[in-house]
Formats: sequence, structure tokens, C-alpha cells
Amino acid sequence: MEKKVLKLLISGSVDDGKSTLLGRLLYETKSVFQDQLNSAKEESKKYGTQGSNTDLALLVDGLQDEREQGITIDVAYRYFQTKYKKYIIADTPGHKQYTRNMATGASNSELALIIIDATKGITEQTRLHAFIISLFRLEKIIILINKMDLISFNKKKYEKIKKEFINYLGVINFDQYEFIPISALTGDNVVKKSKKIKWYKGKSLLNSLDTTILKKKELSNFRMPVQWVNRNSSFRGYSGIITSGFLSKGDKVNISPSNKVTKIKKIFLSGKNSRTAQENQSITVQLNDQIDVVRGDCVSSFVNPIKSYDSINAKIFWIDKSILVLKKKYKIQFTASNTDAEIIFISYKYNLKNFTKVNTKTLNENEIGFCKISLSKKIPLEKFSSNKKMGTFILIDKITNSTVGTGIIDDLNESNKNIFWQVTKINKEIRAKTNLQKPCLLWFTGLSASGKSTIANLVEKKLFELNKKTYLLDGDNLRHGLNKDLTFTDIDRKENIRRVTEVSKLMMDAGLIVLTSFISPFRSDRFLARKSVNSEEFIEIFVDAPLAVCEKRDPKGLYKKARSGELKNFTGVSSQYEKPNNPDLILKSAKFTPKQLADKVFTHLQKKKII
Amino acid sequence: MKELSNLEYLESESIYIIREVLSKSNNPVMLYSIGKDSSVLLHLLLKAYYPSKPRIPILHIDTKWKFKEMIEFRDEQAKKLKLNLITYTNLEGLKKNINPFTHSSKEYTRIMKTEALKKILQKNKYDFALGGARRDEEKSRAKERIFSFRNKNHQWNPKNQRPELWNIYNTEINNNESIRVFPLSNWTELDIWNYIKKEKIKVVSLYFSKKRNVVIRNKNIIMIDDNRLKLKKNEKKIIKNIRFRTLGCYPLTSAETSVAKNESDIINDISKNLLSERSGRLIDKDEIGSMEKKKLEGYF
Repeated sequence: MEKKVLKLLISGSVDDGKSTLLGRLLYETKSVFQDQLNSAKEESKKYGTQGSNTDLALLVDGLQDEREQGITIDVAYRYFQTKYKKYIIADTPGHKQYTRNMATGASNSELALIIIDATKGITEQTRLHAFIISLFRLEKIIILINKMDLISFNKKKYEKIKKEFINYLGVINFDQYEFIPISALTGDNVVKKSKKIKWYKGKSLLNSLDTTILKKKELSNFRMPVQWVNRNSSFRGYSGIITSGFLSKGDKVNISPSNKVTKIKKIFLSGKNSRTAQENQSITVQLNDQIDVVRGDCVSSFVNPIKSYDSINAKIFWIDKSILVLKKKYKIQFTASNTDAEIIFISYKYNLKNFTKVNTKTLNENEIGFCKISLSKKIPLEKFSSNKKMGTFILIDKITNSTVGTGIIDDLNESNKNIFWQVTKINKEIRAKTNLQKPCLLWFTGLSASGKSTIANLVEKKLFELNKKTYLLDGDNLRHGLNKDLTFTDIDRKENIRRVTEVSKLMMDAGLIVLTSFISPFRSDRFLARKSVNSEEFIEIFVDAPLAVCEKRDPKGLYKKARSGELKNFTGVSSQYEKPNNPDLILKSAKFTPKQLADKVFTHLQKKKII
Repeated sequence: MKELSNLEYLESESIYIIREVLSKSNNPVMLYSIGKDSSVLLHLLLKAYYPSKPRIPILHIDTKWKFKEMIEFRDEQAKKLKLNLITYTNLEGLKKNINPFTHSSKEYTRIMKTEALKKILQKNKYDFALGGARRDEEKSRAKERIFSFRNKNHQWNPKNQRPELWNIYNTEINNNESIRVFPLSNWTELDIWNYIKKEKIKVVSLYFSKKRNVVIRNKNIIMIDDNRLKLKKNEKKIIKNIRFRTLGCYPLTSAETSVAKNESDIINDISKNLLSERSGRLIDKDEIGSMEKKKLEGYF
């Protein structure tokens, strides 16, 4: 039978004995060669912490600085094999400032060992490591209570730490665990079962590892992100690693994000033609149809195709010295695809001392926050809880090219929700840009029957024909609804104009060209209207016709009623009309036709680059 | 669904890494040292391309002190597999007659290997260089990334390496910067031999035991590969059944007494062997932490 691989993480607080344990494991499984042992012996004399004995930690602390400082700075990968398994071990640092390296190790492991110094008990770092392991959903934790020799293999002390830690594992919602009392220094319960810890009925660490079967979730939906287009003059195939599921020749598949459907013509696996392929295998597929497929697309099951998203909710682990900047463009890299990403906001970050949620606007190195991220394009993705490989990413600073953060996807959103987050960003300017026009207010003023509404209507029609977005507010129409409660007293006339101005403002904010047609007889009111919008957006158009002409036209018989006294406060008759001193346009409606005057307005708008 | 075996898992991971390079690189190269790891890497490169043929250049840094058999094997492979083989020698060093006998192994390695490699990488402006180094070979290699960033002077900064999370690699580089990529990072010596056996991969016959002419020098078994090796007083040529565990420049590579004639014998041997793989490499031991120092300078 061929051996299986088990990817293992060794974590725990600084000085709790990680490197010593690893050295012990390598030494006792005969994975250390004589010359390496000799060299460790040699170095023990110089840097060792174990007197005349060989410091087994020196077998693994690879970098010169680490040997001198006696700490593990970086993630080191170690390998050993037993009769049953090959182990790939990520040996990670315990120091707080290197938490990111611990997270790196965790991201590449299936099972975690957490070492606790029995003399010191659980520390902040122990909790943090367990929290990260839980966050990254490793399959199991084996908690090693180390340095049992220093507490005379005392069961009570062991049980006390164990109880406290089980409580904590409950808090962080992690239920696959095992506890083993060990001494890495003396080798008790590491490879062989200890004779000194008789009260412990479980297995030695190595025996436990060898017999562990991880209960992995079966992922049935086929997914293969396209990593590389394998192409020559006569062949075009798509290569990638299968992140979940099973594939057979002839299967109907979906290509995301284009959602084109085709069939698998051929599968190439390990340099050969193959009928099938499965999770974790690197393959090349040839498709039945000529479809344009690029790196970052995803080949997935036709029955349950992967969906594409451009906004995600994710827990981000910030690993860079520079802080996270909201709305800055980072490069986001998924298993095969990448694009630009903006972190729109951070809902909260974790206080890593007590794991409470804290409000924040940024993340510092080694902090974890729950963030909303907007992507520049749609990417085929899945939640981390459903498919690890399709639900993780790294963030890269576009200037320094450093990896600044990593994340796991909690939730995925369709793009329309994106607008909700960016609500403040859609403003008058953006609306105006999409409408290809400048919002403005064409304020027609003049006596009743001077021709304001007629001309305004013609102008609006002309704008409408050019696809401009407009709205005409007419005095008579408004008085039937919004201004129904107002009379024609001076105070109510003022209020009438104030309301018209406010409504116009809202409509301009919506990006419209607004036309108003009101007598608006008072200079002060028109002045207020001009002041409440940007003055360059306010175009005062004086429709100038002599009173006599208007009175002669009198289409609604209002002048007649005013003259007879039936209608009070009628402008020009019983109420004053204050001519504009300096209007943007004067339209002599007694001399020119409404069409000519509408053209004049139109020309003015073009000149002012409003349309 | 079955769980992949160790070798299936490693093969798939390595092919994934190689394809990541093929996809992201503008001008990739594969470094080929003719040894067993290079043979495995080449085999995986062919698989990554299949059913296409590999197009990337295969680069060999020739110090002119390699075993004769190695060079024959190299040329034979290149012809058989129709490889785009590029060989490069530091001619300046050659002119100055830099050699492993009169110069220290440290100096010789720096000039004929490290400098040579830097020169050709610079000259041809390769942005990604695939290599067959493994983490289990040496302690400082255990901490090197799979995608290992190099600045414009080809230097490695072990204290500021890009973290490698999940299976997502940050391959962003600026002009003149480069990335060395090690698809065999997670393979052990035993994995390599098991794979060679399983896949029937051809390797240089120096790995298999045969009667060969040797001299014992400083407790090392040095093969007399050509007449440039002059016997000193008190030294004599002897014939021994030897094999090599790693292959480098012949005067700097110690053989081991062995009767292992095939892959199975070797696998058996390694499982029992008390000495590490690179114990025969004299350049690793010229000082404490010497591999790390060589790597900082740009050695592979």
C-alpha cells in the first residue's frame, strides 16, 4: 500500500518547546542523519541550551539568526516518514510579531499540534494560535501539554490546564481535539508511550498521528479553475488543479463567468490520456466546442455550476507592517484568477486578547477583521466553508508587490448589492456623466400669458429629442398638487417659489435639466432660488412681453377676472412684477415666434456647454 | 473518491507549480544540473506540458569540472527529448583558471557556479527560473519559499520572504527582479527515488554502484574522472565499488562505498543510511551556516 500524506502544523507560545519536540520526532523516527546530528552537537557547544547534551532544537532552527537568538523566526518545513504516513510539517514561530508566519503554516496544514508549557499554562499566544486554527478550519488539534517532567508528571496540574483549554475550544467552536501529556526533552509520550505517566491511558503522539483518519468533507461539485492555457499550433487545452469533485470524459460542463456550456472531449492526467480525474489532481482538458477560455475562468459541473461574484464578505488577516487602507486598490489573487479589490469597510476586528469584536477603520499587522470587499470584475468563487480552495485569497500591494493580507470568504454577493455599499459615491456628477449632460435650472419668469410655458415646452421637447433627461415644473400643475394649500398672497407666493426651488434642487441632484415656468414676480425670490443652487447652474430667462400684449392674449381669461376684481393679487394688475435686472436671457415674445425663442434658449445651452 | 498517495500528491502539486510559472512568466528557464532531482523536474515539466512539447529553455551551468558521464548524459537527454538546451560557463573564471584544486571550494563555487548563474540570468533576462532544490536537503533550504523572490542583484533575503498561504503564490515582480521556483520543495530524497523507480526515469549511472577508480583524500572518496586530478604523495589510485548520492563537480563530490545497483537497492540503502544526502558535498561544510551564506549570494 502506498503511503498517504499528512500535513501538520506545530504551533504554540515561544519557548514552549516546538523545535525541541520536532527535533525529538525527527531524531526518534531516525529522520536525522549522523552528520546532521554531529553538526547539531557541534553547534550545541556554541548555542545550545541543554548543557553537555545535544540541543535537538538545533536540528531544525535552520537560519543563522535563529540559532543565535534561539528562536524560530520563519516557517520551516520538515519531513519524516513512518511505516504508515509521510508527514509534511510546518514548524512555525511562537513570537507574537511572527503570528503571520504561524498563519502561513496553518493555511497549508490539515492537522495542528499546539504545545503548552505545563509550568506556564495557557498564554495569549496559545489562544491566538487556536483561534487561527479554528478560523482556517483545520481538521483536528492535538494539544500537547509539554515539560511534564518539570511538574513531576503531575496529573492534577495537567487536568487543570486541559479543562481550561477545553473551555476555550468551546468558545471558539472547535470540537475535534485530543490532549497528550508529553516531555519533548526526555521523549515521554512523543514516539513511545511514557512509563512515567501511567495515569495517561491514551496514545503517544506519533501513534496518534499514525492512526488518525481525518474526516474530510466530501465535495462533490466539480470545479477546476483554469490556471494555464496549454496551446500550440495543433492543440488547445486548459490546465488546472481540480479543487473539488470528479470528472469523466464526456461530462457536460459549465465555463464561468461566461456561463457557456460544453463537453469534455479529453482529459490528460500525469502525461497520459485518462478517462477520469478527481480532486487535487493537476489535469489538462480539451473541450468539445471552440470556446474562448482564459486563466481565471472556472470549468465546473453543469448540474451545479460555480457562480461568479464581484463583492465578498471576508475575514482578512493583515500580515504587513503597513496598515490596511480603506478604498485603496489592492491586487487580489485567488487560486487562479486575480483582479483589483477595494476594502469598502470593516464591520469589526477581533480583540485578540479576549476575542470580542471591536469597531475599527483599519487593520494593523497580525490583526483579523471582518470586511466588505468590492472586486473590479466578477470572479467564480465559493464560500470558504464549502470549498477551501475556491474561498481563499491573498491581497498584494500594487506598489511594493508585498503580500499584505490573506482572507477567507464568509459570504458572496451579486453585484447589485455593491451599489448599496457605494451609495455615497453615486452623486450628481456621476449621474450627469452617465446622462451626458450638466444638470441645470432654466428659470422662466414673466407675466401671465407672456409665453413662458409655451417656450419652455418647446425647449423641453427639443432636449428630449436629443435624449436629454429633463423635467418641466409648471406653475399651474404644481398648484394642483404640492402647492394646493397656497393662496396668491405675497407670503404664499414666496412659499410657492421656495418649494419650487427645493423640488428643482432635488431633480438637479438626480441629474436632470429642470425647466420651471412661474410668474415668480419678486426679485428677492428669484435671487434666493439662484443662491440655493450653484449660480452657474441657474439660468434666468426673462420672457418679456408688454402687459398690453399679455392682456390681449389672456388665454385663460385671468386678466379679465383680475380687472373685474374677481381675482385678487394678480400680477401686473393688482400685484407688482419686478423685472429681472440682469437675466441670462431676454426673450421678446411679442416680436418673435415661440419656436425662434426656443431655438435661442437652445443655442445658449450649447454655448454654456450644458448639452 | 480515493485519497491520493504521497507520490500522486507530490506530482500533482509540482505540476501545479510549474504551470503557475508557465502562465505567469514572460521568459522562464529551467535550471538543469543533470542530477536525479533535475531528471525528476524535467520529467514533471514534460507532464505539465503534455500533450504539447516543452518550449522553455533548459539551462546548464557548466563549470567544466563535472563528471564526464554527466555531460554525456546531458547531451543524450537533450537530443532524445529535443530540448532547447543552453549551456553556460563563466569564461572569465575559466581564463583565470579558477579550479577546485588551487582555489578554496568557497571561492571556486562563488565564481564558477554562483557568478556564472547570475551572469547568464542577467544576460538572457530570465524572469522565472525553475530549479530542483528540495527543502529536506539542508536546514536553510527548509525555510525557503516555493516561489523565492530575488532582487535585481539575484540576492535572497531570508528575513523578508513573501508568506505563502494556501496554494496561492504572489508572482508579482518589477523589471530586473526575478523569482526562483522550486516545484520539488516538498519532496524528500526517498520520494525522489521512489518516483524514479515508479516512473522509470533515466538518471546518470554514477548513482549506481560500479567498480570505479578513486583516491581517498581527507577521508573523502574522490573519483579520478580525468587526468586533471593529480595524485599527491602518499595517495594512490584504488578501485572500489562506489556510487554517488549527489552529483556536483567531481573533485568536490565524495562517493560512498556501496553495492546498490538499482533503484530498489538505493531506496533500501537510504532508509538505513546514517549519513545525510549532502554529506558528500564538501562545499556545504566550509563553515557553519555555509549553505545559507552561499544562498544569500545567489547560489541555487
